[in-house]
Amino acid sequence: MGAGHAHHLYRRGDSPVHGLPPHTKLAAVLGFVLVVVTTPREAVWAFACYAALLAAVAALARVPAGFLLSRLAIEIPFVAFAVLMPFVVPGEQTTVLGVSLSVPGLWGAWNILAKGTLGVAASVLLAATTELRSLVLGLQRLGLPSPLVQIASFMIRYGDVITDEMRRMSVARRSRGFEASGVRHWGVLAKSAGALFIRSYERGERVHLAMISRGYTGTMPVLDAATTTRTTWARALALPLAALPIRLLALLG
Amino acid sequence: MHVPDGFINAPVSAAAGVAAAAAVAVSLRGARKELGGHPRAEDLGGDRLAPLAGLVAAFVFAVQMLNFPVAAGTSGHLLGGALAAILVGPWTGVLCIAVVLLMQGVLFADGGLTALGVNITVMGVVTVVTAHLLFRGLRLVLPRTRGGVTAATFVAALVSVPASAAAFTLIYAIGGTTDVPIGKVLTAMLGVHVLIGIGEAVITALTVGAVLAVRPDLVHGARGLTAPLKLRVDGELVDAPKLRADGELVDAPKLRADGELVDAPPAPAGTPAPAGAPATRSPRKFWIGGVVTALVLAGVVSFYASASPDGLEKVAADQGIDAKAEEYEHATADSPLADYGVKGVESARLSGGLAGVIGVGLTLAVGTGAFWAARRRGRAADTGARV
Repeated sequence: MGAGHAHHLYRRGDSPVHGLPPHTKLAAVLGFVLVVVTTPREAVWAFACYAALLAAVAALARVPAGFLLSRLAIEIPFVAFAVLMPFVVPGEQTTVLGVSLSVPGLWGAWNILAKGTLGVAASVLLAATTELRSLVLGLQRLGLPSPLVQIASFMIRYGDVITDEMRRMSVARRSRGFEASGVRHWGVLAKSAGALFIRSYERGERVHLAMISRGYTGTMPVLDAATTTRTTWARALALPLAALPIRLLALLG
Repeated sequence: MHVPDGFINAPVSAAAGVAAAAAVAVSLRGARKELGGHPRAEDLGGDRLAPLAGLVAAFVFAVQMLNFPVAAGTSGHLLGGALAAILVGPWTGVLCIAVVLLMQGVLFADGGLTALGVNITVMGVVTVVTAHLLFRGLRLVLPRTRGGVTAATFVAALVSVPASAAAFTLIYAIGGTTDVPIGKVLTAMLGVHVLIGIGEAVITALTVGAVLAVRPDLVHGARGLTAPLKLRVDGELVDAPKLRADGELVDAPKLRADGELVDAPPAPAGTPAPAGAPATRSPRKFWIGGVVTALVLAGVVSFYASASPDGLEKVAADQGIDAKAEEYEHATADSPLADYGVKGVESARLSGGLAGVIGVGLTLAVGTGAFWAARRRGRAADTGARV
């Protein structure tokens, strides 16, 4: 817990992107993704431009391309869906390498792949350049209701604790010769999950009592209420603002 | 399976976002009540919502990483919607899943930011609400025992997963960025998700059972299951003083008038059956519970099973009414229950569901008949036999 709650996507650095206030970055990523999602899929060149913009941001943030690409694997279930589309979607057929594929299906697959990938890449860049705690603070400054912010910050603060607890239970099981290899072992694993729930809930009760005894009043004090100047906003929003004209051109084209 | 950006078009994503935000706002209010605030919370200024919901969210997040091996190297994990609904209640459940999804979207790029509303609606609200309603309904008819809670949990979790898949398909049908034959998608989605649902149901029921065995008071869905604490005073059972929410005893009879300590029996964790209903299961209640479960399952499953011809109708409609009629006839001609299905009822779904229910009824009648016959014979053969 003492290690600054860095999550595994975060990459320490002091680039200009790292230095931006978190809420401006969140707003920028959301704006960028909105622009991407509303771009007509026929404008293939526009998506290439978006990718170039993201690559520029990645270079500025000194996030290596390999790291970025490896995180795109999270999309795979939907890639499978996209790959199926050219085969199942009815409509005009075309033949590629002797296989009959449907044209609307191909467009659909392209649409999902392009927009999904750009969205994931933008989110990965955000997570790679923003610390956990400041992401939650950013959400708060963007107007997420305070109870939700608190729940989220508790989840983050104790997420590692609970996950470690689960890992210790797994070590304990294995050190007693248990090896889960099939459905027959679900009972044992489910009992672990049940025990984990009880431990989590009881920890919550203890944390609450400890908070009350330290004067918790239902809200968390905001320690760093730094003001955001117009220049930092402008710097952060450069990404969606650069993407916007591309989209407008794509609509015209 | 978090929906990425660009999968659902912008207007529908926005609408789902509004729906999700509304659901979360309502849940915030409900969860406060559910988590049982401190009786003096107003004075102390702190309710238990943030730490408890936060820790439960962390639990959901962790338990989604717990791998359950299926076979041959494949494994699955819990989705957790039904589990959260039954363990901590629907409001807190929606809230926790929503926060988990939000954090997964922002921290792990899991699920698109513009698709967050869709993800919360489909994976949080639909699963939790379906599981909760079904669970509550089944608890009314099933015996008020741990077995009853486990059975209700099983069915609730089983149905919650395909319900979520159906909700996703519906959203896709309205706002999908590509027109795919929705009938095919629905069939494929439901087929896969019924299988996933069985795994989810087994694990959820086992997990709830495990919690129920140790801390039945923590299981929101099993409230009212724990018997009131009784104290044995001079050989008589008297109601124990009630435990206040802050853990203090209300007017606790610590010492009797003659100065002797009153012995309290051990906490009733192990014996949750209320004093009125002994722990032995009443066969009649068990029988009724079983029949209702079977009927619900038959109705729901055949509803889904016959949803595929219904979905195909949409495709068939493009090709003319002939194709539709042909397909319709084909779908029902194979079934021995075809007459039950088609004659009286117009809708293919409803008729399928009815056929399922009738099938259960027939099976039940035959089974009961066979059972009675067997029991009679057994009695005749051995008069001293225990039934």
